[in-house]
Amino acid sequence: MITRFLWQGVDRKLRWFIALVLAAGIVPVLLNLFTPPGSALHVPAWALQLVGKYLCYAALALAVDLVWGYCGILTLGHAAFFALGGYCMGMYLMRQIGSRGVYGNPILPDFMVFLNYKELPWFWRGFDHFWFAAPMIVIVPSVLALALGWFAFRSRVTGVYLSIITQAMTFALMLAFFRNDTGLGGNNGMTDFKDILGFPVQADGTRAALYLASALMLALFLLIAGAIVGSRFGKALTAVRDAESRMRFLGYRVEGYKLFVFVLSAAMAGIAGALYVPQVGIINPSEFAPGNSIEAVLWVAVGGRGTLIGPVIGAVLVNWAKTYLTGALPEVWLFALGGLFIAVTLFLPRGVVGLWAQLKAGRERSRRVAPA
Amino acid sequence: MTPSRVLTGMVSLITALALAGAAVAGDLGTLVVNLTTGGFGDRETAINALAASGEPRAAPILEALGAGRLYVRPADKAVVIGKAQGNQLDLTDALTGKPAGTASEDALQRVRINNRLRGVIDDAVGSLTLLSPDPRMRRSAADSLFKQRSPSALPAVEHALAAEKDAGIKRAFAEARASIILASNDASKAQKLEAISVIRGRGDRDAMGFLQAAASSSDADIKAAATAAAGSLNQTLAVWEAAQNVWYGISLGSVLLLAAIGLAITFGTMGVINMAHGEMVMLGAYTTFVVQQVILAYAPGLFDASIVIALPLAFLVAGVIGVLIERSVIRFLYGRPLDTLLATWGLSLVLQQAVRTIFGPTNREVRAPSWMSGSFLVGQIDVTYGRLWIVVFALLVFAVLILVLRKTPLGLHMRAVTQNRPMAAAMGIRTPRVDALTFGLGSGIAGLAGVALSQIDNVSPNLGQGYIIDSFMVVVFGGVGNLFGTLLGATALGIANKFLEPYAGAVLGKILVLVFIILFIQRRPRGMFALKGRAVE
Repeated sequence: MITRFLWQGVDRKLRWFIALVLAAGIVPVLLNLFTPPGSALHVPAWALQLVGKYLCYAALALAVDLVWGYCGILTLGHAAFFALGGYCMGMYLMRQIGSRGVYGNPILPDFMVFLNYKELPWFWRGFDHFWFAAPMIVIVPSVLALALGWFAFRSRVTGVYLSIITQAMTFALMLAFFRNDTGLGGNNGMTDFKDILGFPVQADGTRAALYLASALMLALFLLIAGAIVGSRFGKALTAVRDAESRMRFLGYRVEGYKLFVFVLSAAMAGIAGALYVPQVGIINPSEFAPGNSIEAVLWVAVGGRGTLIGPVIGAVLVNWAKTYLTGALPEVWLFALGGLFIAVTLFLPRGVVGLWAQLKAGRERSRRVAPA
Repeated sequence: MTPSRVLTGMVSLITALALAGAAVAGDLGTLVVNLTTGGFGDRETAINALAASGEPRAAPILEALGAGRLYVRPADKAVVIGKAQGNQLDLTDALTGKPAGTASEDALQRVRINNRLRGVIDDAVGSLTLLSPDPRMRRSAADSLFKQRSPSALPAVEHALAAEKDAGIKRAFAEARASIILASNDASKAQKLEAISVIRGRGDRDAMGFLQAAASSSDADIKAAATAAAGSLNQTLAVWEAAQNVWYGISLGSVLLLAAIGLAITFGTMGVINMAHGEMVMLGAYTTFVVQQVILAYAPGLFDASIVIALPLAFLVAGVIGVLIERSVIRFLYGRPLDTLLATWGLSLVLQQAVRTIFGPTNREVRAPSWMSGSFLVGQIDVTYGRLWIVVFALLVFAVLILVLRKTPLGLHMRAVTQNRPMAAAMGIRTPRVDALTFGLGSGIAGLAGVALSQIDNVSPNLGQGYIIDSFMVVVFGGVGNLFGTLLGATALGIANKFLEPYAGAVLGKILVLVFIILFIQRRPRGMFALKGRAVE
C-alpha cells in the first residue's frame, strides 16, 4: 500500500528521473563487476567511490531542498545532521576494528588508548552491533532536529534568525567534536576502518555494494520526497513557505508542518552521512564546519530550489567541478565557488533546472515588448 | 693669589685625585686578585669581601665568576671577563669594564669555582643588587628575595631596609624580611607573628602560598594566625580574581563589539545579512599590514604612528569595497534576505581567495607600536596596554557612531529609511544612495575593527571567518537595530565567556554560551532590546 502511495504520488517526470538514478546505480556496478579491468567498458572502483560520494551529497542536497525549497526554512546547519549520521556509522566501524588497531586493544579504539581512556564511554555502548547503530543513524539527527525545531518553530523564530540559530548549532557541535574529552576522536576524528557487516571496507566488491546502496538511498529519498510534495500535505507546506501568517490565520498548525519536514530532512541527511563515511573512509569534526552547510545550500540553489531533480543535479555538478578544479587549478576553486554563489543568486534564481523556463519567459517578455 | 701658587695648588689637587683613583683601583684590584688565588675557603672570604665593598664593578665580576666566564690572562696576570664570539672570546677588563681585545680560550686560565661557591656568589649578587642605585633593580631584588626566602640573605635585607629611602621599596624589603623570618627556624614567635601580618598585607598569590605553608606550623599560635590570615587573604584574592575575569570579559567584549558593530548597522538597520562582514575586518587588518610595511621601508621614524595612520586608510578601503559590493550585488537582492546571505557568502570566499593570492596563505606579522606594548598592575589585575587601548578604541568608535546616527543628516536619513522606506522615499530621501552609504559605513567600521584586531589576532586570510558567527550572535542577542543592545550584548557575552572559562574550559565555555544564545532566541526572538513598532514582518 505504501509503495502504491509513493509511486502514485510521484509525477511522471520524477518517475523517469528516479529510473535514471536507479540505472546510474546498477549499470556501473555491473560494468565494474563483470567486465575485465582492461576493457573499455570497465568502471574502476575509484570512480564508483567518487560518484558514490556525489550521490551522498545529492541526498543531503535533497534533504536541504525539502526544508528550504518547499518549506522556506533556510537551514545553515544541515551538514551537522549529515555529520552526526556519519559519526554514528563511524562509531560502528571503529568497534568493528576490534584488536586489529595499532594498539591492539580489543575494546577501546586506538584514539582512546592514546588518550588514556580506561573504559568505553557510556554513549559508545551498543555501537558494536549494526542493529543498534543503524537506528541510531536516524535517531540521533532526528532527535536533535526535533529539539531544535520544537523550540524554534513554536516561538516562531523564522527567516534569517532561524538560519543563524542553525549555524550556531553546527558551530557549537564542531567545537564540541574538536575536543578530545568529548570521546569521539577529537580533531583527528575516526579513520582506519576495516570491516562493514563483516566485509572489508577497502574491497572492490564492498565499494560496489556501497555505491549501489547510495543510489538506492537517493532513489528512495526522491520517491518519498516526491510523494510528500505531491500530496495535500505538500501543498500545505508550499503554502507555509509562501504565506506563513495567512496559513496560520486559516487555522493550520504551521509549526507541526515545519517540524515534520525538518525532522524528516534531518533523518535523510543522517542516512546520507552514514553511507558517506565508509566510502571516504574518514569522519572528522571539520564536517561540521558552517561552510559545509552553506555549500550544501549552494548545491540546491545551483540545481534549482523547489524542484526535486534540481538539488541532485546541482550537487553532482558542483562537486564534480570541485573535484576537477581543486585538482587542476587549486587557486581558482574558491573564486569559482564564490562566483557561483553570486551568479546563481543574481542571475539564476531558479537554478539550472529552471534555466529553460527562465529563458522561455524572457523570450516571451521581449516578444511582448518588441511590437510596442 | 699668584700664578705660581695657583699652579702648585692645581698640581697638588691632580696628585691627590690620581692617588685616590689608584687607591680605589688598587683596592678593587686586590679584591679581584684574591678571587683567583688560594683555596676555595679563601675565595669564599674574597667573594664576601668584594660584595661588602659596595664597588659598582662588583656585580658584573661576581656574575661572571658564577657563570664561569672570569679568566686570568697569563701574559700580564690581568683578570678579564670573556664572552664567546665565534671561536674566540671577546675580553673585557674586569676592573675597568673596558674592552681588552680577544683571545682563544686555550690561552686563558679560567677561574674555577665549585657548587658551594656558586651558592655564596648567588647570595652575594642578591645582596649587591639590594644596594644598587637603580630603584627598579632594588625592587626586583626585594621581590626575588621574597620568593627565595634564603635565610643567609637576612642580614643583607635588614641592612638594605635600614638604608632604603623610597617608601614602596622599603615595604618590599620589609615583606622580604618577613618572608625570610617566617621560613627560618631560629626566629622568635613574636617575630613570626609580626611577619605573618606583614605578609598578609602584601596580598598576592605568593603571600597566600607562604601563609598556607605557615598554617601547617607546629606552634598553635602561629598556626592560628597564619590560618586566619590565609582565610582573609583568600577572600581578597577571590574578589581580585573576579575583577580580573571582569576585565578579561570587558576586553573580549570590546573585541566582539568592534567586530559586531558594523554588522549591527548593515544587519540591524538594512536587514542585510552580510556574510562578507568578517572579510571587511580582514581587509582592515591587511591594510594595517601594508601601511606598516610601507612605513618600515620609507619612514621608520613614523613606526609608532603606523596604527593611527592605518585607521583612516582601513576605513576607506573597507568602506569603498563595501559601497562597491552594495552597488554591484546587494541592491539587486533587497527583500530577499536569504539570497543576500548566499551571495555575500560567495563574496567572502572570493575576497579570502583574493587576499590569499596577493599576500599568501601564511600569517602576516603586524607589530605593536611601543605605546601599545607592556602592561601595568591595578591591584592584582594585570592590564596590558594593547588590550586597554582596544577597549578605549571600541568605546570611541561606538560613541562616534551614535553621534553620526543622531546628529548628522546622513544619520537622520538612515534612521528614516530604516523605519519606513517608502515614506522616506516619498519625502525625497534618495534611498538607494542612503543604502549604499549605510553599507559603506558598516563596512568601514569593520575595517577599523580590523586595525585593532591585527594587534591581537593572526593576520591571515581566515581572520574574518573566526568573527562572523560571534558577531551575528552579539547582534541577535542584543536586539537587531539597537546599537546599545549591541554594546550590552557584546559586554555580557564577553564576561559570560570569561567567567565560564575557568570552570568549563575555553571551548566548552564557548559552546555553553552558544547554546544559551540559541535558547535565548527562542524566548526573545528579537533579542534583548527589540525594536518596537510595526516593522515586524
